[in-house]
Amino acid sequence: MRYETERTRRRGQADTATDTLARGLGLFSIALGIAEIAAPRALARALGMKGQEGLIAGYGVREIATGIGILASKDPTPWIWGRVAGDALDLATLATALEGNNPKKENVGIAMAAVLGATALDVYCAQTLSRESPHPLPPLQDYSDRSGFPRGVEQAHGAASDFAVPSDFRTPEALRPYTQPEAPRHPQPSM
Amino acid sequence: MKALVWHGTTDIRCDSVPDPEIEQPRDAIIKVTSCAICGSDLHLYNHFMPGMKSGDIMGHETMGEVVEVGAEAKGKLKVGDRVVIPFTIICGECEQCKRGNFSVCERTNRNGNIAAKAFGHTTAGLFGYTHLTGGYPGGQAEYLRVPFADATHIKVPNGIPDEKLLFLSDIFPTGWQAAVQCDIQPTDTVAIWGCGPVGQMTIRSAVLLGAKQVIAIDRIPERLAMAEAGGAITINIDEDSVIERLNELTNGKGPEKCIDAVGMEAHATATIDSMYDRVKQATMMETDRPHVLREMAYVCRPAGTLSIPGVYGGLLDKIPFGAIMNKGLTIRTGQTHVNRWTDDLLRRIEEGQIDPSFVITHTVSLEEGPDMYKVFRDKQDGCIKVVIKP
Repeated sequence: MRYETERTRRRGQADTATDTLARGLGLFSIALGIAEIAAPRALARALGMKGQEGLIAGYGVREIATGIGILASKDPTPWIWGRVAGDALDLATLATALEGNNPKKENVGIAMAAVLGATALDVYCAQTLSRESPHPLPPLQDYSDRSGFPRGVEQAHGAASDFAVPSDFRTPEALRPYTQPEAPRHPQPSM
Repeated sequence: MKALVWHGTTDIRCDSVPDPEIEQPRDAIIKVTSCAICGSDLHLYNHFMPGMKSGDIMGHETMGEVVEVGAEAKGKLKVGDRVVIPFTIICGECEQCKRGNFSVCERTNRNGNIAAKAFGHTTAGLFGYTHLTGGYPGGQAEYLRVPFADATHIKVPNGIPDEKLLFLSDIFPTGWQAAVQCDIQPTDTVAIWGCGPVGQMTIRSAVLLGAKQVIAIDRIPERLAMAEAGGAITINIDEDSVIERLNELTNGKGPEKCIDAVGMEAHATATIDSMYDRVKQATMMETDRPHVLREMAYVCRPAGTLSIPGVYGGLLDKIPFGAIMNKGLTIRTGQTHVNRWTDDLLRRIEEGQIDPSFVITHTVSLEEGPDMYKVFRDKQDGCIKVVIKP
């Protein structure tokens, strides 16, 4: 993973390249999903799957949800496995288009090859993310004694109160705490 | 000489390049004794900042010994002087320099016309930081040519190790200015996003300036531990909701002062807006990822201040300006006016109020520099600050 957080340490992953691949697959999911929702008719025509526009748009929604899951989650592993399942669904759906007299079988074959390529990447990414790293991460460095204050934090607190903030760096007068001036008291009549 | 040279995205190499020479009468050449990799160098490493060219020498946190002085700099510098070089190149004479606004010096950016097209006006020349800021070779090298050297230097005494002084070049004054521009009051809660090197310096500055409560926000355990050591209460974004926790710590009122020490490459992954930024950035519809800015604007107490030392480069999307306007927030930002603060900060180091070397986690040779960029970028091996000894 990109950072050595407690979570990534637990899983023993410190693989930046795989993390980057996962994020890339998330972006790809979103882009593909947008295309499927924006142009289901054109896709259905190109694949000889007229009448399946609703299904294609539905798959687009699935792609976007998966992409968001990958990018938003702290651990993208289950979402990448979700992509693998989605790939299987895509391949099964495309396989149905190979039956009968579909004149666009060539396009379907190209699409299936592309999905297989993406599936290979997805499986690789999911497996790598799921695997325990063979090299355990080094222990956390201990910086708890690095205050930067030779005399300690308590002594340092406010030690620069002799510093005069330059006038052009001061909070604008209009935003400084303002106190309503006291209303003039009415003179009491003398008895 | 040897130098760390940018060749493309995530491609920095230790190359042999020609030694620098005096080109202008105000120049000086220094032999670099220590330099550092800055968090903002990662924006170049990842190529988020436009304007880099293959062959550019990296680095803008540098110190060393003067070995050659141009004719017009001789009144202020002599061979053998020990100097820290601020990352902003300043003339010391223009209207902005005279006002102390050194990071927007009007004269030192030799590509000021390009900067003016991008930003409306020129800003100061910077070492090793794109051709938008002059294309000056940086200091991750054995030698550095310092233009306008009679003004662009901080003389430092012998007897104090490089490690305590080097960060006067950038991160210490940057953290200091971030805190100073909050005009911290003794009743203030100061929330700081990002516990990288600048965030760590900002935490120490806010403590020195007497904030009632300093809260540090990050996700890297080592960085949070270092922030806590410096007197901060910490929030781990992987474990807590930042907004809920900040409200808890301020009785539901929000922090008065919020500081963004993260900048354009925010790494929040569990929020809708950060996903939105990732997608827009991947499709080249947005240059920066301003998650922290949005969170600060939302959680900051009305009439509070947003201080932004984190670097942003271009166009930002979905900034909640309604919150900023309706809550009457003040925004303070900018590159650091290094020389404005360094006399005071040097005194505080000499007096033992602070020792900035606490932040150094790795010290390496120039040859190891390219690998350390990756280690630093990926926060591996507990890496927070890398110092290079050429």
